[in-house]
Amino acid sequence: MSELFPRKQVMSFVFSLILTGVALTVYFLDMSFAIGMTILLITAFVQASVQLAVFMHAGETKDKGSIYLNIYYAFAIAIVTVLGTLLIMIWDM
Amino acid sequence: MNYFDRFAIPNPSPAIYAAMVAIGLTVIAIVVGLTYFKKWGYIWREWLTTVDHKRIGIMYLVSALLMLFRGGVDALMMRAQTAIPDNALLDAQHYNEVFTTHGVVMIIFMAMPFIYALMNFVVPLQIGARDVAFPRLNALSFWLFFMGAMLLNISFVVGGSPDAGWTSYFPLAGNDFSQSVGTNYYMLSIQIAGIGTLISGINFITTILKMRAPGMKLMKMPMFTWTAFITNAIVVFAFPVLTVTLLMGTMDRLFGANFFTTTNGGMDMLWANLFWIWGHPEVYILILPAFGIYSEIISTFSRRNLYGYKSMVASIVIISFLSFLVWTHHFFTMGQGPLTNSIFAITTMAIAVPTGIKIFNWLFTMWKGKIKFTVPMLYAVGFIPIFTIGGVTGVMLGMASADYQYHNTMFLVAHFHYTIIPGVVFAMLAGLTYWWPKMFGFKLSERIGKWAFWFIAIGFNVTFFPMFFTGLNGQARRMYTYSEASGFGPLNLLSFGGALVLAAGFALIVYNVYYSTRYASRNIGSDPWDARTLEWATHSPVPSYNFATSPKVDSIEAFWDHKKNDYPLFKGEVEEIHMPNNSGIPFIMSCIFFVWGFSFVFSMWIPAIITTIAIFVLMAYRSFEKDDGHHISVKEIEETENKLRGGNK
Repeated sequence: MSELFPRKQVMSFVFSLILTGVALTVYFLDMSFAIGMTILLITAFVQASVQLAVFMHAGETKDKGSIYLNIYYAFAIAIVTVLGTLLIMIWDM
Repeated sequence: MNYFDRFAIPNPSPAIYAAMVAIGLTVIAIVVGLTYFKKWGYIWREWLTTVDHKRIGIMYLVSALLMLFRGGVDALMMRAQTAIPDNALLDAQHYNEVFTTHGVVMIIFMAMPFIYALMNFVVPLQIGARDVAFPRLNALSFWLFFMGAMLLNISFVVGGSPDAGWTSYFPLAGNDFSQSVGTNYYMLSIQIAGIGTLISGINFITTILKMRAPGMKLMKMPMFTWTAFITNAIVVFAFPVLTVTLLMGTMDRLFGANFFTTTNGGMDMLWANLFWIWGHPEVYILILPAFGIYSEIISTFSRRNLYGYKSMVASIVIISFLSFLVWTHHFFTMGQGPLTNSIFAITTMAIAVPTGIKIFNWLFTMWKGKIKFTVPMLYAVGFIPIFTIGGVTGVMLGMASADYQYHNTMFLVAHFHYTIIPGVVFAMLAGLTYWWPKMFGFKLSERIGKWAFWFIAIGFNVTFFPMFFTGLNGQARRMYTYSEASGFGPLNLLSFGGALVLAAGFALIVYNVYYSTRYASRNIGSDPWDARTLEWATHSPVPSYNFATSPKVDSIEAFWDHKKNDYPLFKGEVEEIHMPNNSGIPFIMSCIFFVWGFSFVFSMWIPAIITTIAIFVLMAYRSFEKDDGHHISVKEIEETENKLRGGNK
């Protein structure tokens, strides 16, 4: 039976819950904006990766390469867009 | 009556009333004509409900040509207004509406459907597929685009046209400065058409990745398919930005949100920023398929394989990524510092490198080739020098400090017409002429086509070249008139003359379609140009299933090898073919989207809510509908094949 038990999924689910809990502490504990934002960003991105890799099965088929390529490309464009916008509208205005 | 006051035109003129009458008469003529010739059933069965990529392609084509003439008439009105100083043909308000409509129609409702027309028709044939991956979604894409276009096109007779420029910058496009519903039309019609485009993007990526003929590896795809693939990848990454931006703009205008307002923490400049994050990749969405078309045409009519295939692929991939890194060059003068402008000036100039590689590859393809100057080849050869002028002036504009001199002048207008017209319009006319025999079974007349080419090429240069000079002398774009003392008069008059020649060129193309439909020989076989890619391996007109047996490919030019080296392209036996069923849902759903958009434009909430529910009901219906498609039997395929072979003596 042990090989039928979805160990990876259950463990990841627990991990997701922990991540959610950690993110919630930002609201309940009194911390500086910088620390709170850092915690939120880190937990958000780890959470998204867990969802993609485990629950959306990103790495489980032979399309793995193109799926991750697509995600990395989207990521690169998102970073460029966000940093570029910050540069234009705030940092260098 | 108060309820209906909102539909009145804010700035009426005799021309608009005449247009209302004309639209009314056209609608009546279509309805009466369809009824008289008993064509309602035919239209519904064969066109409105079709999911066949070839028919959808032809519908895109017809819409694009109609919109080309709509946008072209707008352009003529602008040139006529500015032909002489202090002209009073159009007043300032109408001029604003005309140049806004011209931009929106030409980019969103002419260029986009034109590239999707050719992609729809050609890509599945070039990769040896039976249809696109999601045929019904493809129909939905088309009808959403069509309804978006119609929504924008009724704006000038119902409620008022958008008048804030095709870029629709806030705060000008906000409620304070654009009080008519015109800008609502802009937001919603582009939104509806944009959803269609996004769906197409996903559809074509899947088609190209998953449905290629056996043996056609990625690096064995024809160049047009490569550019279509990369274009759709850009669509999928860029159009969501437009969707969200338009949504935010709609929220500002209809629901009092403050994304782009100048008060309450809004940031009006963010519109320009977000618009161009979509807008610059959009430029490459338009130009890359054109590059693909030119690659096919130059290779076919130089009788040589494409020079530097791998560097061509690499350069389009690099262009697609760089296209996301340059958007600030559209607003160098907005007030950001020199650091930002320098960064984006450098990325802008970097794009010239892969583009230059492509230009040299085309020249090397022609080098020592046996060039045949057919009409498509004329456009391709004409494109290279004209586009290079556009590119060189682009590098001038790309220098941020110099841009302070050029920006918002006619110099800019000349520059982007020098890129878009050879880059998109020439390419589409070339592609249209090139693939016309595959679509309709006869060639367009070469003689009239060449006349049309020279009218268009000369007319284009006479229209737009003077603008470089008036722009450098300080004539601002989007100004409806100028004084005689400014000295812009003679060159603007010349420009108007060029516009008339250009218009005559397009009239010649219309005449060519009429003439060739009547007189052209139908006895031209399935490969009239002696071309190299798979779409020419099947019959003309193409049967609904495209290929009786799937082609087997083992080189970049399998069809050429098949013709010249006896490579066995079709090895398999004829088997039963599984095809998708027609469906009326995409059309009905898009009609509902039209009413939905119209309701939002005029803030009519009850129909807006009803249509929103109806859209979701149709989506749910689709989820539960059982539709396994249909099968074409071996006997039927063989009969069709025999008939087509007999017809192609």
